Amino acid sequence: MSRKIPILLNVLAVAALGLFLWWAEHSLDGYKIQILNLIAVNIILALSLNLIYGFTGLFSLGHAGFMAIGAYVCSILILSPEQKDMLFLLEPAYDWVQHAQAPFFLAVIAGGAVAALFGILVGMPLLRLGDDYLGIATLGFAEIVRVVANNIPRLTNGALGFKGIPSHANLWWNFGWCLLTLYCILRLVRSNTGNVLKAIRDDEIAAKAMGVDVFRYKLLSFSIGAFFAGVGGALLASLVTTIDPKMFLFTLTFNVLMIVVTGGLGSLTGSVLAGVGITALLEWLRVVENPISFGSWELPGIPGMRMVFFSLALIIVILYRREGLMGMREVSWAGMLAAIGYKGKAQ
Amino acid sequence: MTQAMFIQHLLNSLTLGSLYALIAIGYTMVYGILRLINFAHSEIFMLGAYFVYWGLTLVHLPWPLALALSILVTAGLGVIIDQIAYRPLRDAPRISALISAIGVSFFLQNVAIVFFQAIPREVYRPSWLEDPILLGEVRLLPLTLFVPALSFLLMLGLIYVVYRTKAGLGMRAISKDIETSYLMGVPVNRIIALTFGIGSALAAASGIMWALRYPQLQPIMGVIPGFKAFIAAVFGGIGSIHGAVVGGVMLGFIEIMTVAFFPELAGYRDAFAFVLLIFILLFKPTGLLGVKPEDKV
Repeated sequence: MSRKIPILLNVLAVAALGLFLWWAEHSLDGYKIQILNLIAVNIILALSLNLIYGFTGLFSLGHAGFMAIGAYVCSILILSPEQKDMLFLLEPAYDWVQHAQAPFFLAVIAGGAVAALFGILVGMPLLRLGDDYLGIATLGFAEIVRVVANNIPRLTNGALGFKGIPSHANLWWNFGWCLLTLYCILRLVRSNTGNVLKAIRDDEIAAKAMGVDVFRYKLLSFSIGAFFAGVGGALLASLVTTIDPKMFLFTLTFNVLMIVVTGGLGSLTGSVLAGVGITALLEWLRVVENPISFGSWELPGIPGMRMVFFSLALIIVILYRREGLMGMREVSWAGMLAAIGYKGKAQ
Repeated sequence: MTQAMFIQHLLNSLTLGSLYALIAIGYTMVYGILRLINFAHSEIFMLGAYFVYWGLTLVHLPWPLALALSILVTAGLGVIIDQIAYRPLRDAPRISALISAIGVSFFLQNVAIVFFQAIPREVYRPSWLEDPILLGEVRLLPLTLFVPALSFLLMLGLIYVVYRTKAGLGMRAISKDIETSYLMGVPVNRIIALTFGIGSALAAASGIMWALRYPQLQPIMGVIPGFKAFIAAVFGGIGSIHGAVVGGVMLGFIEIMTVAFFPELAGYRDAFAFVLLIFILLFKPTGLLGVKPEDKV
């Protein structure tokens, strides 16, 4: 098939998404728009974890930590000095925190960059560990981030966190970043570097024997994943407008892991589909937590029920469909065209 | 710091340490046999405490009976979890079972939130555990003696089972080589179930004593002690029961003594264990008493 057709189709798909967003912005209510925003952020997070775990085989449970870093950095940069005066009640902010300012786009990048920096710092020692040890160690890192955020009130306002973060993250920003993440990670996993990452995932020792500098590639993948996790955290902060250390518990990592596993480890299409499906499902499950009335009889809302269903779903997926929705397969234009019988020129 | 205060801190660390050790044993036994970090273990710990609470408040059981029943029920639960969530994944990649364990952990936690509600509850303490004894200047809660003593007895019992009985021989055989154990006629699945049962019983005992010592029950009460106990197991050398005991007690000491001597670090208390974990994994990944596994190609 000629190279032009997929490019054309991509442009069309992006245009269709743009049209849809334009329509959504004008005709959907705030709640539905919020769900769409969450979908975009969750896709970013899932793609970044999929790069780390699905494509490189690094079982990382530190996503909440990177998200927290991105969220705090971005919030500090977009809160105005007057707001910071009001927020830092316990102790005044450090001078540089008080005066740090950046436009939203740069603030998000800064959030990602600082997260990536921490990814490198943490990855250098930890990426030598295998499998579950790496998982526990990165989980430890995320917990340390949370405890530290609780204990440096001059930087993070301690347990109170930030309120009233400017809500710049609208549909356009979120989906823009979502597309950018998808593009970057897609290019990466399809490149030669991506092949090396997959080789490391499939058999690290064999990759090493082939002369691959395994550690460097692991670090690369880990820090890029951390960057996009930071970006996701930054967007989330601006989306929900309040953050505090409690928000970045292990549950957050669990949700992202759930999306990646359900979608299929090593399938970007899977992450996107599961990102949409699971975010919508999680919102829909809020129904079971709200009181339901049948005429005069009322079923009281049960807090926690949502996560019961959710974790049960994860167990069922891992027991009965371990490869997830897509396995390692991807949906591509070429594949779709072939399916409808279109035969292009041979490559 | 006065001598009396120091002795009190010492006893407190011993209490906390032995509770960590009891949980750590469960982690280390399961890891030793299946190479699985049983995330649900911290929820087992929590449920053990809750079962006693419900036994006392709902059914008005006498105290010792509630204790024994709770331990039994929790042990059974541990076995059931293994049968449902881990056994089908024995031949799957290790991480699959780990994800399943994380799922079970969240499931139990949220089931507890749904059924027990998130309100903290206080467990009843018999007065003979509560009335302080004065030894010179040292004020002693009988609990701080009772907890390490009972823990010690339980550990002795466990060591007897593992090193002096046939079932224990089976456990040790499986942890060396599961395939060969099958061939040698070890009833592998039964032994694994037994391991989960014993580990869960010890976690329940620890949860009950935890609830006596820090009398607040919450559905998320298991999370932090669970993580720390796992770290204690890694610290001592995962797979080794003696290591879990040593690691647990040492972690208890590190936590209490650091806060006692550097009160300004109190806010970071929950991070000590994780920092410790990262350092151990980097410099001595086999822990204090662990054996280095060979890399098989």
